[in-house]
Amino acid sequence: MTLRPLLLTAALLLALPAAAIAAEKPVDPYVQSDANAGVTPMKGDAVFKAFHGKAGIDRVVHRLNWYHHHDPRIADIFHAADDERLERTLSEMVCYVLGGPCHYTGRDMVSAHKDMGVQVYHQNAQIEDLQKAMSEEGVPVWAQNKLLAKLAPLERVTVTR
Amino acid sequence: MGLACLTFARPAAAAPEYEWGGKLDLTRGVTSVDGAAGGGIADWALIAGNETRDGVGGVGSLTTVRTHNYTLTSYGLGLGAWDRFEVSYAGQDFDTGKTGGRLGLGNGYTFHQDIFGLKARLFGDAVYDQDHWTPQVAVGVQVKSADHKALLQALGAKSADGVDYYVTATKILLDRSLLLDATLRMTRANQWGLLGFGGDRQSGYQPQFEGSVGYLLTPKLLLGAELRTKPDNLRFARETGASDLFAAYAVNKTLSATLAWAELGDVATFRRQSGLYFSLQAGF
Repeated sequence: MTLRPLLLTAALLLALPAAAIAAEKPVDPYVQSDANAGVTPMKGDAVFKAFHGKAGIDRVVHRLNWYHHHDPRIADIFHAADDERLERTLSEMVCYVLGGPCHYTGRDMVSAHKDMGVQVYHQNAQIEDLQKAMSEEGVPVWAQNKLLAKLAPLERVTVTR
Repeated sequence: MGLACLTFARPAAAAPEYEWGGKLDLTRGVTSVDGAAGGGIADWALIAGNETRDGVGGVGSLTTVRTHNYTLTSYGLGLGAWDRFEVSYAGQDFDTGKTGGRLGLGNGYTFHQDIFGLKARLFGDAVYDQDHWTPQVAVGVQVKSADHKALLQALGAKSADGVDYYVTATKILLDRSLLLDATLRMTRANQWGLLGFGGDRQSGYQPQFEGSVGYLLTPKLLLGAELRTKPDNLRFARETGASDLFAAYAVNKTLSATLAWAELGDVATFRRQSGLYFSLQAGF
């Protein structure tokens, strides 16, 4: 009944997010805004629920990033990616787009993709990997397609060559 | 030093690299009986082959429709370039089987035509343009040449050769998992061209409609329905429209299979020709 366990717990709780942030590499400063996602969020939370909330989205994004590194069609593009940051911002973005209680804190789509050298071939490969990741999470196809419909127009800025 | 950096920086910003394949499943369409990328009986604005805008691709296909009185076989080749242009060929054999005897042509009498097609995508992207209604739009031309000219003329056809012109709009509404197509065709063809072009009832070009509606049950499985209207040019036999219910499945990046119940309508005096439609397509 002393303060010690409480302090320890508090210290652990504080240390966890600090550790996660510490693992991200520094980036050039930019203005944070939901508008950086380049997509207007959905109304209603049916699709967010179909993704099993933020926890489900985190799993989908984590799995997608696994594919990023193991799909030979796109592995080179993600070879030097900051995985911690990529997964955090991508998960925020998906959560935000699906109408979930999240804010997107990453960079805008143009500057995030300008040096990646993405061709349609790569973009399509990533979509297939995302479809696999969503299916593995048990996201129904209608809900998968709702997300893909929102993300699809970004092709105009993600595909740079 | 600065110059050296510039020189090294150049390749990163160089022109797109050529890539084989890359198209999403089913977005090359299947092969229609005309040989063009489409559904089974409707030609779509999608372009044959697995290529993206950075490459070339192609497909080969074999299709059979077996109705009560006839068997239609169509073998096709299609080439796609930069997801923009399509060149296609289809050879159609229309085997009258025993019905040939009843028509006075002899058992197993087989009509044949060759179809050479060109298609060009004008604008729109059926897959990526999900934030506005604009469909992918393409125009096409099909040069058709049927065998047995003398017989076709005896049946009332004006010619054994003809050219179809069409404009097609295809849209995938991803947020509803739907694929929609509408195609307007200017044609004089009798029974796709197998019974020649123009006739003793009417002979000029007429606008005809073909369209498809499909539901993407999974990214690899499209279920849908199609219809196609056709001119009614010949006096000896009424010609009606065709329709089908189909399931198109992308087995993998190479192979896709389409199973359908096709209603080809009245064909050469024999009523309501319906039956199983099966098509296998391989592409790269």
